Amino acid sequence: MLAYAFRRTLQSFPTVAAVALVVFVLFSVIPGSIATSMSDDGRGAMDAEVVQRMRKELGLDDPVYVRFAKYVGNLAVLDLGTSFRSREPVSQLLAKRMWPTMQLVLAAMGFAIVIGVPLGFVAAMRPGGVIDAVSMVTAVSGLSIAKFWFGLLLMYLFALKLGWFPTFGYGGWWYLVLPAVTLGVSPLALLARTTRAAALEVTNADFVRTARSKGMSEARVVRWHVVRNVAVIVLTTLGLQFGSLMGQAVVVEKLFSWPGIGSLLVDSVFQRDIPAVQGCILLIVLFFLVVNTLVDIACAVIDPRIKYT
Amino acid sequence: MKLGANILIGGALFLVAVLAGVFAPWIAHTDPVMDANLMVAEEPPSREFWFGTDAQGRDIYSRVLYGARISLTVGIFAQLVNTLIGTALGLSAGYWGGWWDDFVTGLTNLLLAIPSLIFALAIMAILGPGLTSLLIALGLTNWSFTCRLARASALSLKSQGYVQASKVLGYGDLRIMLTQLLPNMLGPLIVIGTLGMGGTILAEAALSFLGLGIRPPYPSWGSMLSEARDQITTAPWLSVFPGLAIFLTVLGLNLLGDGLRDILDPQSRSRRL
Repeated sequence: MLAYAFRRTLQSFPTVAAVALVVFVLFSVIPGSIATSMSDDGRGAMDAEVVQRMRKELGLDDPVYVRFAKYVGNLAVLDLGTSFRSREPVSQLLAKRMWPTMQLVLAAMGFAIVIGVPLGFVAAMRPGGVIDAVSMVTAVSGLSIAKFWFGLLLMYLFALKLGWFPTFGYGGWWYLVLPAVTLGVSPLALLARTTRAAALEVTNADFVRTARSKGMSEARVVRWHVVRNVAVIVLTTLGLQFGSLMGQAVVVEKLFSWPGIGSLLVDSVFQRDIPAVQGCILLIVLFFLVVNTLVDIACAVIDPRIKYT
Repeated sequence: MKLGANILIGGALFLVAVLAGVFAPWIAHTDPVMDANLMVAEEPPSREFWFGTDAQGRDIYSRVLYGARISLTVGIFAQLVNTLIGTALGLSAGYWGGWWDDFVTGLTNLLLAIPSLIFALAIMAILGPGLTSLLIALGLTNWSFTCRLARASALSLKSQGYVQASKVLGYGDLRIMLTQLLPNMLGPLIVIGTLGMGGTILAEAALSFLGLGIRPPYPSWGSMLSEARDQITTAPWLSVFPGLAIFLTVLGLNLLGDGLRDILDPQSRSRRL
C-alpha cells in the first residue's frame, strides 16, 4: 500500500517538470523584455543605463538554456524569484496567500459533497420522480451558470438586501460562506449527476443482485457494495473537477476580494509581475496534482480491486 | 418524448442567442458603445430602456444584444479550433500508435494537468486583451477531452473488419482516417463539441470579467458584469441581464448536448455523467 502511494507520487514528478518548462517557455517569449516592462509603470521612460543594469541583474542577457537551467535550479530549492512589485520573495508571497485559497476551496468542496452526493442518491432511488427531476434541473443549471454572476446575485441578496453575510473581504467564517457557496455550485451540480448515474448503475449491477439474493441485509448491501463503488466514482470525479475548481477560484476570489492565490495571480498579471505569475501557476498545478494523487491513493484504499501497481 | 424536449428547448435557447447576435444592428435600440447619454444614466428598466441603463447612460438591452456577438464568435470558433486539434491529434495517435501516440498522450496529460482557465489566463496575460487573443487562448487550451475521445475511438475502430478491408484494398492512411474512422466517431465528437462550446462561452465571460478578455467600452457579457459589480448597490439591474444571457445561452448548449448525446451516442446513456 505504502509502496503504491510512493510510486503514485513519483509518477507526478515528470508532469511537474513539464509544467515548469511550459510556464518558463510561455513567459520567455513575451514581446519586450522583463526589464522594460518592470520600468513600464507610467513614470516615464527609464534610463538606458538602468535598464542595462537590470538586464544584467536579472540575467536576461544569458542564453535561454542557461536561464532555464538557473530557473530549474532555483525551483529545486523553492526559490521562485523575487516579485517585481513588492520586492518580496515570491515563495513568501505565495505562502501568505495559500491558506485563504485552501480555506475557500475546501469549504466549497465540502459544501458540494454534503449537498450534491445525497441529492444524487435520493434522485437515483426513484428515477423519474419529482426529486429526480428537481435535482437534475438543479444540476444542469449549476453547470450552465457563470460563477461570478451567481456570486453577484448571492452578494446582492444575502449581503446587501438581507445583511446576513459581509459583502466581500476576508475574516471569520461568515466571510467564507458566500464565496464557498459560489465556488461550490458547479462541483455540486456535477457530483449530483455523477452520484445519480453511479448509484443507478451500481444498484442494478450483478454483484448487488447476488448479495441480495444470498440474503444479505439491505443496510449491509448498501454499505458494502453500493457506497464503496459509488465512492470511488465520486472521488475520481472530484479529483478531475479540482482543476477547473482552481480556475474558478481565481474568478471567485477576485469577485469577493478574497486574498488568495487567485487574486494574487490576476493582480500580478496586470502588473506584469512575471515571477509572481509563474509562481502562482506552478503552485496551482502542484495543488491539483497533489489532490489527484491523494484521490488515486484513496481509491486504492476503498476499492481492493484496484491493483497496487 | 422526453429526449426531444432537451433538444427543442436547448436548440431554441441557442437559436435565440444566435439570432440576437446576427440581427443586433437592426433590433438594438441604440449603438452599444457610442450612444452614451449621461442625462439617462443608471435608469432602472422601463418601457423606454427595457433592461435599464448603465452609469454612462447606455442602453443595456442593446449592449446585451451586441454582447451575444462576442460570446458566440468566441464560443463557436474557439471550440471549432479545439475540436479540429483534438480530433486530428487523437485520431492520428490512435491509428498510428508508436512514438507519435506516446507524444500526443504526453501532451494531453500535460494539458490536463494545467487547469484550462489558468492556462488561458496565462496566454491572455502574454498576448494582451482582445478578440484574437481570446480565440487563441481558448482555442488552444481545451482540446484534451476531444483528443482522448478521438484516440480511444480510433483505437477500438482500427481493428474492425471494414478498416482492415480498406487497408487490404490499398487505401492510404489519410483516406482510412477520414473516410472510415472519422464518420464513425462523429456523433460523440459533436456531443463533446456542443458541451464544450458552453464551457468556452463561460470561460470567455470569466476572462472578460477579470478584465483580460474584451475590454470596455465594447460590450461582452463578462465585462458588463465586471462593471456591474462596482454599481451593485446603486444599479442592481446591471447585474441581472448580462448574466441571464450567459446562463440561458450556456443552458441551451448543455441541454442541446445532452439531447444530442441521447441520439448520437446512445451507448453512453448508462455511463452518462
